[in-house]
Amino acid sequence: MESSLKVEIGGYHSGNIPPLLHEIRHALRNLLDNGETTTIDLRGLPMAPGEQQQLLEILGKGEVSVQLDALGKSEITESSYAGVWLIIHYNNNGEVMGKFIEITRMPAILETRTADMEESLAALQMRLEEI
Amino acid sequence: MNNDKPLGQALREQGVSRRGFLKFCATTASLMALPPSMVPAIAKALESARRPSVIWLSFQECTGCTESLTRSHAPTVEGLIFDNISLDYHHTLQAAAGHAAEAAREAAMEENKGKYLLVVDGSIPLGNPGYSTIAGISNLEMLKEVAEHAAAIIAVGTCAAYGGLPHANPNPTGAVSVEEIIKDKPIVNVPGCPPIPVVITGVLAHFLTFGKLPELDHLGRPLAFYGNNIHDRCYRRPFYDKGLFANTFDDEGARKGWCLFKLGCKGPVTYNACATTKWNDGTSFPIEAGHGCLGCSEPNFWDMGGFYNALSESTMDLSRTAAVGIAAGAVAGAASGLLNRRKKSQAVAAHETVTVNDLQREEKS
Repeated sequence: MESSLKVEIGGYHSGNIPPLLHEIRHALRNLLDNGETTTIDLRGLPMAPGEQQQLLEILGKGEVSVQLDALGKSEITESSYAGVWLIIHYNNNGEVMGKFIEITRMPAILETRTADMEESLAALQMRLEEI
Repeated sequence: MNNDKPLGQALREQGVSRRGFLKFCATTASLMALPPSMVPAIAKALESARRPSVIWLSFQECTGCTESLTRSHAPTVEGLIFDNISLDYHHTLQAAAGHAAEAAREAAMEENKGKYLLVVDGSIPLGNPGYSTIAGISNLEMLKEVAEHAAAIIAVGTCAAYGGLPHANPNPTGAVSVEEIIKDKPIVNVPGCPPIPVVITGVLAHFLTFGKLPELDHLGRPLAFYGNNIHDRCYRRPFYDKGLFANTFDDEGARKGWCLFKLGCKGPVTYNACATTKWNDGTSFPIEAGHGCLGCSEPNFWDMGGFYNALSESTMDLSRTAAVGIAAGAVAGAASGLLNRRKKSQAVAAHETVTVNDLQREEKS
């Protein structure tokens, strides 16, 4: 049954979106000029209901979208602005554990670690010996 | 329990991949309110961190603080941290009871003398010792006994930090906080009724990473989480600045999400992380649900003159509060104060610590 109680939502503006977009713009400039990456933790910023969604709509979706499966899912998506990535970490129950905007060529979590490659090499060698 | 295994190794043995570990470090940095640029340094420090022994004592409390922590759905970052400390005594959570439980506490104290962390929730009654006992031991006696060889103490919840609800006027049990009894140990207060779970684990994660307690404010609270007041970080703050207020819980202002100051919101005098960290998987916090902040992370919040009275019309008896503060200071005494400060700094110095700057320097070299 549909409730007759209507609660207005939206229309709240903390005013935090424009400065955040400027911060992203500065970070992108810094990446281009100096090769330095920046990570912005969205948990640390006060946002009105609906504002984070608004921010994500402004950033839009680009052509790369990756799903990582380690300690729960992680969604790594390049926004429509190349070099600006949205990273959302979930736990095994699908709850959001962290939400970050990373201004980088490639998010660090996607790179294969040297120690992992060394272990893989050893495992592959062992497998080949069994064949 | 075996505390010798480094955290990185323990996590990998649980099937956590290196990417998973990096994710763990990223969310740990976020919950410690450290900048994301610190993640590589945190990963390096946590990789070799040893599991500290933790003894958790619950005194005059409602178990809400433990509920807050354990109701975060496992497995979470908080859960992983708890898997990677050695929680050697917690009478609500442990399987052992009676003599076996007390034996576990004594064994943990003996094995980790001078190194274990003591977590306390609940206030301590100074009236009749029989008001609150564990295994026949009064809260006061047990606190003194366990605190004596603790590396540091974390007072979880407003009851342990400031006396909380049991301390509310007329304080029938003579309830006091941990720091009113223990004067010679580093104490960090993690107030809240209850505290946000990630704030509790954030403090533990900080200890795991840096080997020391985080920087504190004048009320002994970690600045990373209690450095800003609710009001300054509230998304409704722009309405306050424009003078747009809800006057009742069902008027136009309430429906439009205007500022709740006139409905008694204590956000302007309350320091906590609710406005940004939020509750229930980051879903919301009381102000977002349409109710003013109660100020639950502040001393004497229960007696602050009524939850629905605006701060500007507070009925709090300021002269009485000031007098109590002066009396408490006089009891401590100047000489014992100096001695305790020295003992406290010795206790801090006895622990090898790493600062954020050390880690950054190490990372660059």
